[in-house]
Amino acid sequence: MKMNLEDRLEENPELKKQFDALEAYIGELATLEGSLINVLHRAQEIFGYLPDEVLEFVSGRLNMPRSTVYGVVTFYHFFSRVPKGRHIVSVCLGTACYVRGANAVYEKVMKTLGIKAGETTRDGRFSLDLVRCVGACGLAPVVVIDKDTYGRSTPEKVATLLNKYA
Amino acid sequence: MIRNQLLVCAGGACITSGEKSVKDVLVDELKKNGIEDEVQVIETGCMGACDLGPIVVVYPEGTFYQKVTVKNAGLIVNEHLVKGRTVGELLYTEPASEKRARTSGDIPFYTRQVKRVLRNCGAIDPLSIEEYIARDGYFALGKALEMAPDEIIRILLDSGLRGRGGAGFPTGLKWKAAREAAGSPKYVVCNGDEGDPGAFMDRSVLEGDPHSIIEAMAIAGYAIGAEKGYVYVRAEYPLAIERFEYAIGKAREYGFLGRSILGTGFNFDIEIRIGAGAFVCGEETALLRSIEGKRGTPSVKPPFPAQSGLWNKPTLINNVETYANIPQIITNGAEWFRSVGSTKSPGTKVFALAGNVQNTGLVEVPMGTTLRELVFEIGGGIPGGKKFKAAQTGGPSGGVITAEYLDMPIDFDTVKEIGTIMGSGGLIVLDEDSCMVDVAKFYLGFTVDESCGKCTPCREGTRQMYHMMERICDGNGRDGDIERLSKLADVIKDTSLCGLGQSAPNPVLSTIRFYEDEYRAHIYEKKCPSHVCKHLLTYSITPDKCVGCTACARQCPVHAITGEVKKIHVIDQSKCTKCGSCYESCRFGAIRKE
Amino acid sequence: MKSLEELKRIKEQTLKEMDLRQAKERGKVVVAMGTCGIAAGAKDALIAIIDELEKADIHDVKVVQSGCMGLCDKEPTVEVSMKDQPAVMYGDVNDVNARRIVREHVQGGNVVADLVVKRENI
Ligand SMILES: Cc1cc2nc3c(=O)[nH]c(=O)nc-3n(C[C@H](O)[C@H](O)[C@H](O)COP(=O)(O)O)c2cc1C
Ligand code: SF4
Ligand code: SF4
Ligand code: SF4
Ligand code: FES
Ligand code: FES
Ligand code: FES
Repeated sequence: MKMNLEDRLEENPELKKQFDALEAYIGELATLEGSLINVLHRAQEIFGYLPDEVLEFVSGRLNMPRSTVYGVVTFYHFFSRVPKGRHIVSVCLGTACYVRGANAVYEKVMKTLGIKAGETTRDGRFSLDLVRCVGACGLAPVVVIDKDTYGRSTPEKVATLLNKYA
Repeated sequence: MIRNQLLVCAGGACITSGEKSVKDVLVDELKKNGIEDEVQVIETGCMGACDLGPIVVVYPEGTFYQKVTVKNAGLIVNEHLVKGRTVGELLYTEPASEKRARTSGDIPFYTRQVKRVLRNCGAIDPLSIEEYIARDGYFALGKALEMAPDEIIRILLDSGLRGRGGAGFPTGLKWKAAREAAGSPKYVVCNGDEGDPGAFMDRSVLEGDPHSIIEAMAIAGYAIGAEKGYVYVRAEYPLAIERFEYAIGKAREYGFLGRSILGTGFNFDIEIRIGAGAFVCGEETALLRSIEGKRGTPSVKPPFPAQSGLWNKPTLINNVETYANIPQIITNGAEWFRSVGSTKSPGTKVFALAGNVQNTGLVEVPMGTTLRELVFEIGGGIPGGKKFKAAQTGGPSGGVITAEYLDMPIDFDTVKEIGTIMGSGGLIVLDEDSCMVDVAKFYLGFTVDESCGKCTPCREGTRQMYHMMERICDGNGRDGDIERLSKLADVIKDTSLCGLGQSAPNPVLSTIRFYEDEYRAHIYEKKCPSHVCKHLLTYSITPDKCVGCTACARQCPVHAITGEVKKIHVIDQSKCTKCGSCYESCRFGAIRKE
Repeated sequence: MKSLEELKRIKEQTLKEMDLRQAKERGKVVVAMGTCGIAAGAKDALIAIIDELEKADIHDVKVVQSGCMGLCDKEPTVEVSMKDQPAVMYGDVNDVNARRIVREHVQGGNVVADLVVKRENI
């Protein structure tokens, strides 16, 4: 049976803190008009992904139908409705990276982690994403792990690099 | 803290050539110098260059030392790690590494450029508004606020500035339309979505000179009568967002944003909106929906944003680079702006040089510069002694410029004549090893992913084209495919709602136009002339070159290679998945790819 | 900021501060810190430069960051300008090279020829 959000928050102070942070962000907005995407960005930052209860909360707070909120979440690649691993590995498959051998890098990462783009390793350590250019094309091929961008990557370099992320 | 890593090959060939003790020597020397905590020694598997072994690679710099012996291993520690000097005698010198050959003087990369848009990038601290002011920043705003709005628009019209976001629409006309449009409030929007993969000019400006965009948007606000501006930056550019946010704060603090700017009674403020990974949001009508917090689907034009944009109000939307030109035009005048570039496309253009070119980077040159100057003089040519094949412009909406047009001056109009577009300035250089069918397929795959799905020709049509391209690359091309592709392309171009669909077939059409022979080779001969399309390749072993080292057999993931030590090896074609590992691993050139 | 006059004052003030000939500092090291530079290791270069200056007890050389200089292939790039000398821009500035630049150029007064990508004329 699903508990309602309030009871869950009572039981889970960690979760409450997260919702409070989101509430605080929304409370400080000058206007709610047009703020949905910004709010979702913030929510994903706080929760790591966008679970249903967060989307319901957002739809209530911004006073818009759930269908609108879901419609936006599913339209944009950036938003995820499933939890992500501790580290997010994004391999760039933009043009510059592609012509400089990004496919081999991507294949190596897939092989090393045993997952495809959009998936998370079973131990929750890594999620793998594909991106279309992060603007460091001059250093192609490029791999981004969490907030660090690595240029001039090779399959071998990336495999070594992954070890650094526990 | 680890400051260096030594990768020591511990693969079979290297151990037999003495690796174990090389590693011991390295570890000993590190200890002697007391830097064993700073340098990590890592044993790796075969690095695939066994004939050069034992091999030691020093990271982070990636210096590749070959034929290291017990006697000279100490040098790597004492010279390279302690003194920071590379050990010349152990360096691997192959053409590929000559690329890294040290330059000993100025390189032509900078001398050929005309820096206007990029004049502050790299020259000032982007976090310092004072340094921006020291380079005449915000003086253009001061000057503009003393002028009548119509006067500002007049200057822009005279300058002949055309939008740098891709289409090249005259900026002055856009401003005029937004000024004359009825309705209020009005909005100013900056398009920093930069969706073309391989382009990074706008990012560099947002990161390196954010105040120039703030200043230009304020001028635009004054000129069209808007008090509010939005900058739309893609989520993939976190540093640009951070720097821009900071710059907005500083500009407010100094009173260049906010109420009664410079005491004139003009109010203006800017907000950042962050994209969320949808290429179509670079299209202006989709971008405006996204700023409104909605799904970024394009809408039919007209009405144009200048008439009915954000929340159905008149909205001026320009690209980052377009704005970056504005303050200097106000300061120096239209004549100055026209002093470089071509008559119909005055000014400069920033190109992002990427792909198979030596000096990848951002270059700003007068409009009308030739591709040859860009790729060979500024770009330093193609690495590895390869031949130039083509340059791709306009990203997924564009096409190729081939070698025969190397001397054509590049501006908005000339590139159109040969079936591509200027686009935002991404310039991907392709060398002789690139397969044009594969490149076109790559772009089409991109559009299929990014089509918003609103209209059928784009959503379904590009998918059909993609399947056909896939079939061709997989060796299942059929007679008539080229004609079918061209026909479908025409339909998609004619009937799609927005620019994404209308231009999606361009990479295919452009490559068919110039490289039809490659398409034919794929379809009729089932061959990929550039050896790229995996399914059209066969790997085989040339018996008289094979020495039976077994390297290939060990590499093959599907065990398709058989043979005994020192005997000729064979590939079982029915098992081979064409992964190419064996090709990479044979150092006797015995494996053929065709 | 209420007037153009005030703007001019800031400009002159900053120009004075930026002008090495008049500044109290002996020199300035600018590290290009765009996405691309950082991806190529500009942070390591920055840390190495600060560390090396510290080790050498040099305190009259300013270390600042800038946006990118555009030559991605040679990133990280660093520009060194010492009083009364033309500015020199270096490429491929990894940790090791950064330390060399401090030792040889800033401390020793010799341009590190093999790393130069651009020299400024004065
Ligand atoms: C699919 C598509 C993607 C686009 N992406 C961008 C983009 O990333 N950046 C940009 O400035 N303009 C982009 N544009 C062009 C914009 O629609 C618009 O023309 C431009 O922002 C206007 O600014 P300008 O006149 O200064 O060029 C795109 C257009 C289409 C059809
Ligand atoms: S052409 Fe494509 S991207 Fe544009 S509106 Fe139609 S489906 Fe969407
Ligand atoms: S191409 Fe790959 S699968 Fe085929 S023989 Fe070589 S290593 Fe084995
Ligand atoms: S083809 Fe022969 S020489 Fe080449 S790797 Fe295989 S066994 Fe060695
Ligand atoms: S294409 Fe990979 S960073 Fe631009
Ligand atoms: S075993 Fe050392 S490089 Fe192959
Ligand atoms: S884009 Fe700035 S140096 Fe590469």
